[in-house]
Order: sequence, then C-alpha cells, then structure tokens
Amino acid sequence: MSIANLEPAALIATGSKLFDDSEWDFDKLRRAYDAIAEIAHGELGLDTYPNQIEVITSEQMLDAYASIGLPLMYRHWSFGKRFAREDALYRRGLMGLAYEIVINSNPCISYIMEENSMPMQTLVVAHAAFGHNHFFKNNYLFRQWTDAGGILDYLAFARDFIAHAEERYGVEAVEKVMDAAHALMDHGVHRYAKPPKLNLAEETQRQEDRRVHFETHYDDVWHTTMFTGEKPDRDIDAAKHAEIRKHLRLPEENILYFIEKRAPRLEPWQRELVRIVRHISQYFYPQKQTKLMNEGCATFVHYTIVNRLHEKGLISDGALLEILHSHTGVVFQPDYDDPRYNGINPYALGFAMMRDIKRICVEPTDEDREWFPEFAGNNDPYGTLRHAWANYRDESFILQYLSPRLMREFRLFRIMDEENTEALEVEAIHDARGFREIRAALSRHYDLARHEPDIQVKDVDLAGDRCLILTHAVHDGIMLDEGQCGAVLKHIAELWRYGVRLEETDALTDKVIKTYEEPARR
Amino acid sequence: MNIIDRRPNPKGKSLANRQRFIERAKDEVKRSLVDALKRRKLGEGEGGEKITIPMRGIQEPSFQHARRGGSRDYVLPGNKHYVVGDKIERPKSGQGDGRGKAGNKDSGEQDSFEFVLSKEEFLDLFFDDLELPALVKTKLKETEAMQLTRAGYAIDGTPANLNLRRTMRNSLARRISLNRPSPRQIEALLRQLEFARAADDFESAAQSQHDLQSAQLRAKRFAFIDPLDVRYNRFERMPKPVTQAVMFCLMDVSGSMTEAMKDLAKRFFLLLHVFLTQRYKHLDIVFIRHTSNAEEVDEETFFHSRETGGTIVSTALEEMLRIVRDRYPPGAWNIYAAQASDGDNFSEDGERCAQLLANDLLPMSQYFAYIEVGADATLRHGFPSPPTDLWRTYAEIAPAHANFAMRRAAEPSQIFPVFHELFAKRRERAA
Repeated sequence: MSIANLEPAALIATGSKLFDDSEWDFDKLRRAYDAIAEIAHGELGLDTYPNQIEVITSEQMLDAYASIGLPLMYRHWSFGKRFAREDALYRRGLMGLAYEIVINSNPCISYIMEENSMPMQTLVVAHAAFGHNHFFKNNYLFRQWTDAGGILDYLAFARDFIAHAEERYGVEAVEKVMDAAHALMDHGVHRYAKPPKLNLAEETQRQEDRRVHFETHYDDVWHTTMFTGEKPDRDIDAAKHAEIRKHLRLPEENILYFIEKRAPRLEPWQRELVRIVRHISQYFYPQKQTKLMNEGCATFVHYTIVNRLHEKGLISDGALLEILHSHTGVVFQPDYDDPRYNGINPYALGFAMMRDIKRICVEPTDEDREWFPEFAGNNDPYGTLRHAWANYRDESFILQYLSPRLMREFRLFRIMDEENTEALEVEAIHDARGFREIRAALSRHYDLARHEPDIQVKDVDLAGDRCLILTHAVHDGIMLDEGQCGAVLKHIAELWRYGVRLEETDALTDKVIKTYEEPARR
Repeated sequence: MNIIDRRPNPKGKSLANRQRFIERAKDEVKRSLVDALKRRKLGEGEGGEKITIPMRGIQEPSFQHARRGGSRDYVLPGNKHYVVGDKIERPKSGQGDGRGKAGNKDSGEQDSFEFVLSKEEFLDLFFDDLELPALVKTKLKETEAMQLTRAGYAIDGTPANLNLRRTMRNSLARRISLNRPSPRQIEALLRQLEFARAADDFESAAQSQHDLQSAQLRAKRFAFIDPLDVRYNRFERMPKPVTQAVMFCLMDVSGSMTEAMKDLAKRFFLLLHVFLTQRYKHLDIVFIRHTSNAEEVDEETFFHSRETGGTIVSTALEEMLRIVRDRYPPGAWNIYAAQASDGDNFSEDGERCAQLLANDLLPMSQYFAYIEVGADATLRHGFPSPPTDLWRTYAEIAPAHANFAMRRAAEPSQIFPVFHELFAKRRERAA
C-alpha cells in the first residue's frame, strides 16, 4: 500500500488538527479518542465494550509480555523464563516491543506505551481500543467461549488460590502440578461443547462443595475395581467395561478436564490447580483460532480510521505518513524465498482480505461476481465485514472469503512434501485450476484441530493397573515429536499417579504404529 | 472511556517469577557462569553477565508433531516461476525455503537459552555458598579511619549541632504543661480590655486588665525557650570498617610455566578478583611476576609476556612486602594474596620464603592462598606426585596459620572446585 491511495480531497486539510506535534499528553489522547470513536461508531458501525486505556512504560510492557499479556497472573517460573528471554532480546535491540497489548475483558483494557509518539498513539487506540475491541465483543467464538466480564475476577481468584496453596503445601509441590498442567495446556480445551461461564462466587462455592463432597463420598468408578468384595476381577466383561467407559465419558479430548475430574489420587487443591490452567487455556482458545481475522480486523479498522481522520483534516500529512510508515511495516509479507520469511504474516493476509472484501462490495469484477454472488457489489462494505467478523474463524473465513485476485496478488502456491520422495512437488499455483485447491489447503492450515496433534483419552485400564491410555490419531503419517512426547508423558504420570500409555494409531486404519509407556509413580 | 496512567505502578512485576526461574536453572546457570568467566578480563568486574544455558531442566514440553516424516503440504506466498508438477529439490535444513529456515531456528531455540543476569544475581549465584575468611579487620590502629557516627542527643554541645526539632518539642511540652499563655491568648485579652473600655464597662475592664497583667507576667516568667529545652546532636567517633582491599597476584613466569599453567593461574586470580569486588567497595590489584627476580607489572604483561631465568620465589614475596609498606598500610587495607606457581624453586630459597611468609606477610594479610598448577598427569588421577620444593616449604608453615591455604590444580575444570574449597563456609584447614 502507499500514500497514492489517498483520495485527492484528503490533501486539502481543513479545520484545526487534533494535535500539532508528536509529543502526546492526556488531553490530546482524549481528543483523538473522541474523534476516532465518532468515526468507528458512526461510520464503521463498530460495537465495542467500554474502553479503558492504560499508559505503561516499556519495562511494564515487558512484564506484561511475560505473563502472556494478562494483567494479573499467578506466579510461575516459566513466566520468569519468558521475561528473561524477552528482556535479553529487547536489550540487545533484537526485538521491538509491541505498541500495545489489548485484553479481552469488559471494560476492554488496552495498554499503550509511553514511548509512542502521538500519531502512533492514535494508530494504537484505533487498532486496539476499536478494532480488537469490536472483534472481541462480536465474534461468535469469543461470545461463546469467554466471558469478558468475569475474566479479571477469575484471574484474581486464580492468583490468590495459587499463592495460598503455595503457602500451605509449598512452592515445590504446587510447581509440580502447574508444570504438568502447563504441559497439557493445548489439550485442556473443550473444542465442541460450550463451557459454563466463569463466575467468581460460583467458583468459590464450587470449590467448597468439592471439599465437602470429597469428605463424604468415594468416587464410584474406583469402587468397581477396588472393592468388589472379592479379589479384583481381571476379566470384567465387555458390557460392564463399556458401561464404565460411558460413565467416564470416554473418549475425552480434553485431557486436563479428564485428569481434573478422574485422576484417582489428586488432592482437591491439586484438582483446582489443574482447573485453573484449563480455564486459562480455554480463555485463549478463541484467540488462537482467530489470529488472522482479529489482526486483519484491527488493522483494517485503524487504517480506515486514520485515513478518515486525515480526510476530515484532523491529522496532518506528517502524522499520517508516520502512521502509514509503521502500518506498512506491520503488513509486510516477505516471499517464501526471502530470508525474512517466517510463515504467512497474519497482519498482511488479514488486512489484505478485509480490503479485498471491501473492494468486492464496492467495485467488483466479473470474476468476483462469479465467486462471491452473495455480496459482490452490494455497496455495504462495512456491514459485510461486520458479518464476517462476527461469524467466522480463520479457517472458515479463508475458505469463504479468499478471492482469486488476492491469491494472484500473493502469488500463492502449494507444494507437497511426501516422505520417501526425492523432491517436493508443486501441487497448485495461482491459476484457474489451483484457486480452490490452494484456498482449501490454506484454510486447513488454520484449522487448529489439524495443526495441533489430535490426542484423546481413550481408556483407563480399570481391571488392571489403572493405566491411562491415550491415543494420537496420526494423520498423513505425521507422528509426535519423541523427546517432547516422553517429557509430557512424565508430567501426565505425575498427575495421574499410575502408568500412562500413549498409542499412535493411524487415523484411517486404526493400526497402532508406535507406543510410548510411562510407568506409575512410586 | 478511561485513560489511566499506570506508569507510577511498581515495576518489576516479573521479578518474583524471574527469581523462581533462576532458582530452577541454578545448576545450569552456575556451570555456564564458569564458562563465561573464562572469557572475562580480570578488571572487568562490572555489569551483568550474558548467560547461555542448555534447555534441559527448563524445558516446557508439549505434545507436538515431529518435524519430519509423513506427507505434508505447504502454502507459500511469492511464487516466481513454478508451475504445477514442478519438482523442487528438498532444501537442506537451515537453507533454502522459509520452512527449512524456520525449522532450524526453532530447534536452535530448543538447545540453548540465552538471557542476561544482573550483576547482583551473577555474584549471588556464583558465590552462593562461599564466604570470605576474616572479613573485617580485627585490629585497627587508632589513628586510622575513624568516623563520626550519630549517637542520640546531648544537653550540651556547639550551636552548630543544635537539634531544633528536639529543642522545640521540649519547649512546646514545657509551655503547655506550665500553661504559658500564647501570644494569641494575650492578644485576645487585650482586645477584651479595649472592648470593655469602649463600652465603659469598668467592672469587666478591671477584670480584663487583671487577667492581662497576670498573663503577661506568666509569659515573661516562663521563657519561650528555656536552657532546659535545648538539645544537641551527639556524635561519637567510631572506628570505620575498612572497605578497601588490595589483591596481590603473584606468579612464577619462568620458562617452566607453560601457557596452560598460566591460564590455570589466571582463572584462579579471576575468581578471586570477582569474589573480592563483591565484598569491597574499592579493590586494587597488584600484579607481581617473578623469575629469579620480581617486578610489578600490568595485567597484560603479567599474563602474556615470557621471561627466562631461574626461579627464586622469595623475591616476589619481598616485592610484595615492599609494596605493602609503601602503599598499602595494613591498618587501612585488607590484604589478600594469591600465589600461583608450578612449585619450582631454587632449593636454597625455601628457608627465606618460609620466614618471609610466616613472620611478615601472613600476619598482615587477611588471606594468602597458594595454588600450585601443573600439567602433571598423576595429579589428575589422584595419585600423589612427589611434592615440589615450594609445596614442601609451605606445607611446613601451613598448619600454624589459619589464613594460609594451599591447593593444587591440574586442569581448568579443577579451578572452580579448588577455589570453592578454599572459601567454602566451614572451611577446613589446608593440608
């Protein structure tokens, strides 16, 4: 993109500017915010949570980075590790800090850095406080899976609970559980069912209930093996086995959930720790699935808003140039053979797709009309975009909206890498035959269910040694990383306390390809 | 909309996490610290240390797909000339297309982890369980380094030391308890009197007149500030702990000392230097090298230039004694010395060395460490090699002096353990 895109009218600036120099202060920030809000709500029709903008120093930004962007976080060495690494990179000038961090909460909190110039603050406010904010509030995944109103309370609860546990049971004991739970974080989400919303009061109550329940009950499931009156029966018949499996709701893809509910020898406080990690993982799950759209939406919003500000004569040419300079850096997409290439830049593709949708709405070509009959030429770009932002995630969004024109622009191509072949083969390029294939393939790359290993709790050996049995469904012959897998199994055994077995089975034939075993603890 | 300025919030929110992380990686960090030290120059005690540690132990594993194998596909941007069906040579890892590069970067990250320790963290970790023997000088000459220390209040003193706050506090308490009328009260009485006179109310005027007079009398009788109230700051002369130290590095540079031996010695000096900088505000280093005669040199010359000649150790000890007498009065300086040698000495010199050490140097030094470096293979395997001349000499005087220690080291890996042994808490006497 370049400034050549500016409409000529934009150059005839009139009226007084929001700010004249690049130093920011709270008054200017407030004025800029109001001007941005007018455009965002009035012209783009954005619907946002109330905003809370917090100014922080670069040091505080590093702190925020380390605790995965959340304002309150429990203590754990891994955050210290992250901090140490980022601190080192930052000091050596290898890494610039993000201009902002925005938190999916109500009110929506955006952190902006004091080092930013006023034009940059304008960009950041438009990007985070309106772009991301709108996306958080409206996208179906966030609406369904996260409770923006409750997250801060919950984090405070989690932090206090963990601090309390550390006091009572020792840092080391807590760390052991947390390390293990962290290792399973990616497998601690419900992908299909809707989880209940978090509520602090209920959370505390539930914890109390659990304690009471624990004091008064044994878990039925374990009765069947332990106290049948006679010796444990090694041949529980198939029907009974199926019944138990049904009771355990197996198979279960949320490993952390299964451990929290079913691990036989965890103390209640340990279950609670597992639950906390699981909840936080679940909270971030929508963000992982909508990275491209979320950034695309925010980038499109800031780009549109700052251009409108300039058209209205509210910011100077210089300020716009500074903003665009930074914007251009953010949406830069190096080619695959460029040394800077590190995957497809979500800002670049996301932003390009949003602009492309706008173009299709306003000035479609014949090709667009053929590919997107539903909205080509409907002259309602912002309505169309709002609809897309609300109802898609990266995978479905690409499958639905990636246009041939954009594929040509990015010169996308698809290569296959078959094991045991000598060379990679080009499967499709940006031509009439390849569009659909490339689009479908790219969309699959954004599908977390394929991106992350598909691992489920398959069974528990109830008749025998209570070994936990996991399966990894192997797609396209892609196995697990051995070293990592072994280490994770150790962590699982730490929580499960009995043996753990992981079978890698071919997804098509159900044949077991490889088995990992981790013996019981103690 | 709210704009909140969070900048005044306490920073270092991650500090506790950072400490936990370092605690966890402690062993690895220590190991790499020793490596890092090798690269350092002796004078460079300042600043943090960049640390690279292996990922073992601080790994955060998760289930991940293996990097190779199976059939995979990639969608890449920026096609230049490929058409469907083209074969592309499989890129070597780390070269070629972006995927290879990204993979390479990731695996690099997994092997090691780099971060910066602050100076305090560095020193704390490094000297975790070490302590300095005889940290503070026990005997201080009276003329040396006294300093005035605040020591409460006194009822007499020079006006310059008047403690106004204390004085006024006493004064106020006395005025209140003796019911001394304040100027405002007197003024009020005066006004009352005028009022009464103006109103021609003679009775109350007389009353007011009386009140006023007695108040004025009272104010005159009880002074605003009485000598009783006055307090002065009191100072005492306290001996000032000596916070400066000098470190003598003595090394044999005769032909028999190989580069490898010098390197060992250097490492030992380096450790001692860093250790001492942690404890003392001011640290001087004196390098004395010797063959058959000794001289004071700079660091570069000390470690790198070669000399030929015989070996007379006592010359170095004499040189040290001379420098101490010239520049470092033992009352004002903590004196540490480390001597490195391969153990060769002119056989007639042993007696002189022992005398110098036992009678002159040891009594004035905080600590004197002798480290014998050698490439002797037998040392490594733990078999006793025949003791060298110098070793025999020193071994005789060692038992009588608690501040003298001697050790042997044959290879770099032994330096830190030896150092550690010398300064470990609950130090055992040297053999």
